[in-house]
Amino acid sequence: MNQILTILIGSIFVNNFAMSRFYGICPFLGVSKKLDTAFGMGMAVTFVMAVASLVAYVVNTFLLVPFGLEYLQTIAFILVIAVLVQIVEMALKKMSPSLYQALGVYLPLITTNCAVLGVAQLNVTEGYNMILSVVNGVASALGFMMAMCLFAGIRERLAVGNMPKWMDGFVGALITAGLMAVAFNGFSGLI
Amino acid sequence: MKELRRIFMNGIIDENPTFRMVLGMCPTLAITTAVSNGIGMGLAVTFVLVFSNLVISLLRKAIPDQIRIPAFIVVIATFVTIVQLVVKAFLPALDASLGVFIPLIVVNCIIFGRAEAFAFKNKPIPAIVDGLGMGIGFTIAITMLCAVRELFGVGTLLGVQVMPASYLPMDLLVKPAGGFIVMGLMLAAMNKLLPKKA
Repeated sequence: MNQILTILIGSIFVNNFAMSRFYGICPFLGVSKKLDTAFGMGMAVTFVMAVASLVAYVVNTFLLVPFGLEYLQTIAFILVIAVLVQIVEMALKKMSPSLYQALGVYLPLITTNCAVLGVAQLNVTEGYNMILSVVNGVASALGFMMAMCLFAGIRERLAVGNMPKWMDGFVGALITAGLMAVAFNGFSGLI
Repeated sequence: MKELRRIFMNGIIDENPTFRMVLGMCPTLAITTAVSNGIGMGLAVTFVLVFSNLVISLLRKAIPDQIRIPAFIVVIATFVTIVQLVVKAFLPALDASLGVFIPLIVVNCIIFGRAEAFAFKNKPIPAIVDGLGMGIGFTIAITMLCAVRELFGVGTLLGVQVMPASYLPMDLLVKPAGGFIVMGLMLAAMNKLLPKKA
């Protein structure tokens, strides 16, 4: 129980995926212009990361390790993730067309979100068991979603501000993210 | 020949993956705390980029359009695994400091982007040159970023003390926040200095 709590707080705040580990920066910068798209992307990533953590654990423990194929981890994980994203896409299309519409183009993009592959790799290096892997996947994704929604909120305001031309777009976004990371730095030492 | 030169320079300046396209941000921000990391990461990405471009270009007629994405992933992941094993065996120090970001080269959007935008549509030789140009452009960009962060954040370059002993290092720059801020400022400088190409 204690360990689960540590992982929860650690992954959401202290080692926040976007703000301190630098996983998934591409969607973090790319899909954070509006709050609702950021939220939709966050939800999709959360779901995929939870399932990917579970499936990657199963594949690794019951398939790769017994046959001594650990060196295939990267290839196996990325294929699992690609298949998973495809299945999620098809399932959503059938079962909840409205959510599918809302997520739209962000769904296939999750395959190349390094947060998903990152969490699968991290679970292996940290040696988490099945439950802890899933907890870590969900907590990391929630932290990522929180950071992305906060960032999107700031960027919505920033968009109406008057910025010098060469500061517009990515430059302003990166410096904003930097200031947010300073704030997140305050969480270090919490555990 | 002139065409190849243009493709090569395109990756270094006109479409520099880091400063112009703003792709592959995760490793760019995460590991650029020391110059040695930057060079190591840059060379690893260049290797993967050149060979994945070559293989994808050779297979461009054999891969059906609908399944090209999974096919790209498998090709890229193969070369990343090679890099991962080589680095682990011969450069354990680099392996320790780059950590999980070596396997994460698989999902680096620079490599994916070049496969999709260039290698899949061009002959093998231009594809190799494109990979080389993009890889070197990426290496130069992240090494510059590393140099700024290491020089002002720690006071050293490649581990050698450069700043006078009285210099108080700006710790913030080697923290995650520094990555975002230095990258933002460098991008601003590049927007201002490099000639705009419409």
